[in-house]
Amino acid sequence: MSNLFNQFWPYTIDGLSLGAIYALMALGYTMVYGVLRLINFAHSEIFMIGTFAVLGTLHLFGMPTNVSGFALVGLLIVLALVGGAASGGSAVILEYVAYRPLRRHGASRLAALISAIGASLFLQQLFARLVVPAAFDLPKEKGALPVQGHFVQKSNVIHIGSFELSNDRLIVIVGAVLMMLLLDVFVERTKLGRGIRATAQDPETAVLMGVNIDRIVTATFAIGGAMAGVAAALYMLRFEETRYDVGFLLGIKAFTAAVLGGIGNLRGALVGGVLLGLFEMYGSAIFGSEWQNVVAFSVLVLVLMFRPTGILGESLQQARA
Amino acid sequence: MKLTGAVALSTMLALGASACGGDSDSGGGGDTVTIGFMGDLTGENSGIVIPPKQAAQLAIDEYNATKPKVKITLKTYDSQGKGEQAVPLAKQAITKDKIAGLIGPAFSGESAQVDPVLEEGKVPSISASATNAALATHGWKYWHRLIANDNVQGAGIGGFIATQLKAKKVFIIHDSSEYGKPFAETVKATVTKAGATTSTDAIDVQGSDYSSTVNKVKAFAPDAIFFGGYYAQAGKLIKQLREGGVKARFLSGDGSLDKGLAAGAGGTTADGSIIGCPCLIDPSGTAGAASKKFADAYKAKFGADTAIYSAEGYDAATAFIAAVKAGNTTPEKINTYLSTIDIAGVSKQIKFSPAGEPTATDVYVYQVKGDQLPLLGNSKNATVK
Amino acid sequence: MNNSSNGNPLTRVRGAYSSASDSVRDRWSDAPGWARWLVYLILIVVALVLPADGIGNVMSPFTDWPTLLFFPIGGYILLAIGLNVVVGQAGLLDLGYVAFFAIGGYTMAVFGVKFGWSFWEILFVGVILSALSGIILGAPTLRLRGDYLAIVTLGFGEIVRITANNTDYIGGPNGIGGIPHPPTLTEWTIPDNGFFDALGFGGVQPFKYGALDGKPYYYLMLAVIILAIIFVKRLENSRVGRAWASIREDEDAAELMGVPTFKFKLAAFAIGAAIGGATGVVYASQAVSIIPTNFPFILSATILAAVVLGGSGNLPGVIFGAFLVAWIPERIRGLAEYRILVFGGVLVLLMAFRPEGLLPSRRRKAELAEGTGGMGTMGAEIGGPVTVVAGEVNE
Repeated sequence: MSNLFNQFWPYTIDGLSLGAIYALMALGYTMVYGVLRLINFAHSEIFMIGTFAVLGTLHLFGMPTNVSGFALVGLLIVLALVGGAASGGSAVILEYVAYRPLRRHGASRLAALISAIGASLFLQQLFARLVVPAAFDLPKEKGALPVQGHFVQKSNVIHIGSFELSNDRLIVIVGAVLMMLLLDVFVERTKLGRGIRATAQDPETAVLMGVNIDRIVTATFAIGGAMAGVAAALYMLRFEETRYDVGFLLGIKAFTAAVLGGIGNLRGALVGGVLLGLFEMYGSAIFGSEWQNVVAFSVLVLVLMFRPTGILGESLQQARA
Repeated sequence: MKLTGAVALSTMLALGASACGGDSDSGGGGDTVTIGFMGDLTGENSGIVIPPKQAAQLAIDEYNATKPKVKITLKTYDSQGKGEQAVPLAKQAITKDKIAGLIGPAFSGESAQVDPVLEEGKVPSISASATNAALATHGWKYWHRLIANDNVQGAGIGGFIATQLKAKKVFIIHDSSEYGKPFAETVKATVTKAGATTSTDAIDVQGSDYSSTVNKVKAFAPDAIFFGGYYAQAGKLIKQLREGGVKARFLSGDGSLDKGLAAGAGGTTADGSIIGCPCLIDPSGTAGAASKKFADAYKAKFGADTAIYSAEGYDAATAFIAAVKAGNTTPEKINTYLSTIDIAGVSKQIKFSPAGEPTATDVYVYQVKGDQLPLLGNSKNATVK
Repeated sequence: MNNSSNGNPLTRVRGAYSSASDSVRDRWSDAPGWARWLVYLILIVVALVLPADGIGNVMSPFTDWPTLLFFPIGGYILLAIGLNVVVGQAGLLDLGYVAFFAIGGYTMAVFGVKFGWSFWEILFVGVILSALSGIILGAPTLRLRGDYLAIVTLGFGEIVRITANNTDYIGGPNGIGGIPHPPTLTEWTIPDNGFFDALGFGGVQPFKYGALDGKPYYYLMLAVIILAIIFVKRLENSRVGRAWASIREDEDAAELMGVPTFKFKLAAFAIGAAIGGATGVVYASQAVSIIPTNFPFILSATILAAVVLGGSGNLPGVIFGAFLVAWIPERIRGLAEYRILVFGGVLVLLMAFRPEGLLPSRRRKAELAEGTGGMGTMGAEIGGPVTVVAGEVNE
């Protein structure tokens, strides 16, 4: 406990920056769930693909080292675009291959969930065994090992007394908030955004109002995937390393964040992400870092048990069995 | 009717196939002896299992090249480090392939499940890398290892921290694994006995964010940090510690003895860190001429430098070779020979205690420099700049 | 039955396979009682003879066949039977099934090593404890909708594993070693004559549980499997099974018709957990040492895949699915590193072309075709040709 009090701000900042990444990934889960009522298990691999795309881009730039200041922000924008494109594109392909045939047949959600699990495993192994060794010129058995890409000069940009804020954490938090604002504007103001909201609320009526469901679904996957891609770029900024299963744990936690905030609710994803990040940090300060994941899973279980609609909630009627 | 007829027919076919199938008549006869090697050969941790395998192959090939009366074949078993796969492989090795001895299993977790099988099958084993101390406490007569266990390693590194580094405050981190946790606890006990104060935390192997641990380290302000775990996490940990402004010296054990440590930390961030190991990697012959000769032969044959546990793998094979040379070709006779063996190996003196542990208990320390890990010396007397 | 899919040859193959399995099914339900008993007897004989050397050389040339038959093949089959009760019969999606396997294993370990009990006593306790934990998990969570339930069970499975890892009383990450084998029931040896020798059974003591021979454990597992099959089959044809079917197809309607859905869902959870726990106890008694990494999430996913692949709801299908999932990766050891890749790909393809599994129950197939079985359809599906299948109530 004393740990937490003495270092309240560091733990809080760490929780916020962790939560920022959770929030961006949670958007993908929450959007797809809102529209298709499907838990896209393979979203974690969409994120992973984004991280490798970012890493590949860094290699194309000749692996810069010690980038800082405005050059860093510029590089980050490029990486975010690359990550967003890679992840968004993969998400669209995933939808087309794994979920669209099931939608055509009117298959059950159980089948879709199984297909999602299969796609997740397939993509993980594809990258571990084939893509990573080929792309980064590694022997085959090393494909599953972490691949590093150190490019950032970490420095503390804000000092207030003993309170320090490093540049990477600051960029992560600001970047995530910016993306959420953009998405919010998009969903509220544009026609496509209205179509997504309409489909999430009531697909049949949406069709009657002239919405093209296929296009909406594709757009949903593309946007959710792109968000994960930006999260991937920010993740690479913070941790400068990735591996084939980097998405697994992050994915479950991001889903927890989505549920915590209220699945189907975009702002809920931000709230849930931030809260989960903070809970994890405070929990590990109090109980010890080995319990960090148990804290996250317990949050998941408790929220689902006592308030399945989440903090900002969807309608109660839809949550109960 | 047709249905039952079809089933009856297939049953008879099955019975017929099984009756005609028995052909378990395999090697181990007059002029060849089969020695097995078991470990994770294709999985994530194959990087520390392939060097001892290659070294064992080198030793056996060198022996066979002398055109002896009884040749030795090395048969490999890929368990991927998992007990569920290792156990049936071990049974196959004993009953069908009739191995006379096994080098391995490579990891402690699979050893705990496989060694009772080897014990009942009366097949001697020598592990080059399974370091869990509890393995020696089961009273197995056919089990040996040629690497000091984690208790010895922990005491050696702990002693180094207390005496050579003269650290008064040590922060202990582990990865909650079956290897890292008891290892870290041994180091903690050793430095506490020498008068240092400690604080402990654990990281999650699957996670990437160690901020919580870094914060605790900063608050404690230690003279030295010890991490019990593997290089992938150690590298990340060093990186995040240094980014957080922690300057204390970082130490770890044999799980971190890999180039991946420096890569994970990035550039020269890991420089100066000390990695201990009961294994000896000595291509320049600092500890003795035999290791240089071995390192050169290894490089000539495999085109790569010797790596972790390769010297121990070579010695394990050497022990079996010596047994065969002395005319022992059955598992039981080889086991009896091993209980009295006393010859010089490239990593240590090949001699076993009655429990199967090696009598040599040296722990060596290596210092990270760029992406290399040159030998600093013996933990009892090495000095650090 | 089939909607438009990619290309005619594929449709025809699917159609042919479906009609073949349908005709087998018809023959079966038409067959008189004594014919069925004969088939059961033959199947049991085949199962008894399965560990023979000749078969082993074909089915598993790289590793010990009887041990493989015990685990993973036998173990996965038993686990799949248990999960089938939860997923296939009651229609509840459980992604944390491995937790019950772990609870059974640790029960055997703790009671065997720390309290010195014998295997048979522990088996009884293990089943009870697992059933209890099924109830404890189910009570608060079974009110949730299908996909939420899936995630909660996933979280629960991970919580069990991490807690086991962090709890020193049960060994922490080192687990527990020195677990005792089941006590020898009798020293009876299969006679050493030519017939049994040719099969590789000569001199085998099937009731003596040592470390080297896998056959006694296989027979033990076989006995438990047969008991489980009998138990589950009786349930399926009883009021309980019918209640599960109604819950699975439309829970609201079932509730309205007076079926106490919550009680029956809880019962399904408890029974599934009990079977999982029994598997864990038997597994630990052979493995001698267990550690938390023996119980990862991927095992839950694998058993679920076995159930779905085989045809959830249909016992022979589920057994067949589990057999395939356990055996194929071992058989193609050469391609071992690609096996999860293939596994994942197969799941996706299977769900696209044959979501009801390889040997589905006909009722389940109809449910899936209508999109009602298993949590209903996804929203926003395209209005495809809706086929109405004349309701098949018996199989």
